Amino acid sequence: MDALPTATAAVLDRDGLQALIEALAARGFRVCGPVVRDAAIVYDEISGVADLPAGWTDRQAPGRYRLERRADQALFGFAAVPQAWKRFLHPPVETLWRVRQGEDGMLFSSAVETAPRYAFLGVRACDLRAIAIQDRVFCADDCRDDAYERRRRDAFIVALNCSEAGDTCFCVSMGTGPRAEGAFDLALTELLDASRHEFLVEVGSAAGEELLAGLPRRTATEPDRAAAASVVARTAGRMGRSLETAGLQELLESNPEHPRWDEVAERCLACANCTMVCPTCFCTTLEDHSDLSGGSAERVRLWDSCFTLDFSYIHGGSVRQTDKGRYRQWMTHKLATWFDQFGSSGCVGCGRCITWCPVGIDITEEAAAIRATPHIQGGDHG
Amino acid sequence: MRTKPRLAVWKFASCDGCQLSLLDCEDELLSLAGAVEIAYFAEASSAMEDGPYDLSLVEGSVTTAHDAERIREVRRQSKLLVTIGACATAGGIQALRNFADVNDYLAVVYASPRYIETLATSTPIAAHVPVDFELRGCPINKVQLLEVIAAFLAGRKPAIPTYSVCIECKRRGNLCVMVQGTPCLGPVTQAGCGALCPGCRRGCYGCYGPMETPDTAMLARQWSAMGVASRDIRRAFHSFNAWAPAFREEGEAHDD
Ligand code: SF4
Ligand code: SF4
Ligand code: SF4
Ligand code: SF4
Ligand code: SF4
Repeated sequence: MDALPTATAAVLDRDGLQALIEALAARGFRVCGPVVRDAAIVYDEISGVADLPAGWTDRQAPGRYRLERRADQALFGFAAVPQAWKRFLHPPVETLWRVRQGEDGMLFSSAVETAPRYAFLGVRACDLRAIAIQDRVFCADDCRDDAYERRRRDAFIVALNCSEAGDTCFCVSMGTGPRAEGAFDLALTELLDASRHEFLVEVGSAAGEELLAGLPRRTATEPDRAAAASVVARTAGRMGRSLETAGLQELLESNPEHPRWDEVAERCLACANCTMVCPTCFCTTLEDHSDLSGGSAERVRLWDSCFTLDFSYIHGGSVRQTDKGRYRQWMTHKLATWFDQFGSSGCVGCGRCITWCPVGIDITEEAAAIRATPHIQGGDHG
Repeated sequence: MRTKPRLAVWKFASCDGCQLSLLDCEDELLSLAGAVEIAYFAEASSAMEDGPYDLSLVEGSVTTAHDAERIREVRRQSKLLVTIGACATAGGIQALRNFADVNDYLAVVYASPRYIETLATSTPIAAHVPVDFELRGCPINKVQLLEVIAAFLAGRKPAIPTYSVCIECKRRGNLCVMVQGTPCLGPVTQAGCGALCPGCRRGCYGCYGPMETPDTAMLARQWSAMGVASRDIRRAFHSFNAWAPAFREEGEAHDD
């Protein structure tokens, strides 16, 4: 996906969007986008505009999610969906290799299945940044994940400038949205009012430009662009919450014994939901399974979390025995040590960890509480 | 040729569901029979050979004086003893008697209770003899059972995680019913079932017992904030794994 210098743009109506989905499918992509399932809006395979959640929205709050009707027929009138594109690019369960006993020794074979070429429709600003962050994790020269890189390279990304922010969104604070910036092929902004239902499409790559050229569309005018800009501005003004990031890394790294960690540990279940739904969390564990006959075995990789005891297990026991140590690991990694490791924040402000925490623990509130009474020093990392 | 390890399967107070999970391993039963000698399995075969056994799978809890003696003999005859299921591991649903007067139950259930000889409690196997590994579940998951047996045969540690059901739930891509308004025990329950109930839009019932670091008090607080009555919180914790300490204590903290 080579970035283009020109901000080529066009306007599609609903039929144009349908043509976009069909064109992607015709090029061999498995097109995935938002659909309604199990009283939520989730990402799944789609075959046309009719699959999209027209007229649906979500109401999110700490530890709470409800699907609701909208007054209009918006197709993208909702906030971050329960699980991000991580599921597709970094699958939760993946068999890496198999081995069997051959006549002359052990025979290893790769078990990584060839993934379909995905086209993602509606990659929100925060999720686009999250993908870029996972790219740095999995496509680094010294520890490359070939399967991830292949899936990523093959993916066609239709980004989305958010027209709706949820109560748990805080991308503005993180500098990650609501305008989609980064590597995309096309980016949509939904333009919906009493007089029209259209989509401004901006081009981000040669592949995007080529695809757009074949769609029924009209050229974007200055007022179209202005309308799209005001959609984004309106969303930016509706952030559910905010996180003060100035000096945050230093603040967290110098407060390992702040009493707030004990307080949040009282509430935290160590259930790991926050890490599972976080679009940047990348940790995995390995399970080796041998069969009953002892003739073959396989290695499986599964999403893991720093909230489990096994995660920090070294000879003799787990390093992080307490919920306090584990919650602190998660939050400090997201907001502080991620800078040391990958040169950016590990949080894009999508709010998923807040909405999908069964007890509604809010990372922005926890950070604010430490900021309110900082500089309580200590060194025990128990 | 190496002699095959000898396997025994024992039943104590239980519903047979866990042994059925073993028989349910249709495709794998032949390889199992190839890998071990089934020396004792009264429920499923005529195999009733004497010990010693290399691996004993024990289903059920101890509810009679006779069984309390029998489990000692099983232990003496077994190199490795693995309990299978909530009864053997936590006392099972029948451990509800531990919270009441067993004679009251007897009077309700049996026409002639005087013929029943039973202990006042239902207790897990580990309360009587040392146990080498406890496989959770009500009933157990056959994939996990095969994993334990395969690990035993290979002399490796079984890959049986002790973290929460939530991790399996999220891997599976379930929507969290708890966040959508249905009380769920998943955050304090050990994984193993593959998040079956949330996958069917139900809250977790806690079949696999307490996870490694169960914060039952906080979960109960959240349930109560969701409008669950004290009595129902007590009942949720006091089911198949009522006698597992974390669930026992949390249930007792709520009025009936
Ligand atoms: S830490 Fe929370 S808000 Fe930040 S990216 Fe992860 S899930 Fe989203
Ligand atoms: S927060 Fe925990 S699970 Fe997420 S990336 Fe960091 S260590 Fe891994
Ligand atoms: S955090 Fe920002 S980019 Fe993400 S869904 Fe909310 S408004 Fe959109
Ligand atoms: S912060 Fe919430 S989601 Fe994360 S482990 Fe704790 S209780 Fe679970
Ligand atoms: S549905 Fe239950 S098991 Fe699944 S994530 Fe939510 S609380 Fe955990």
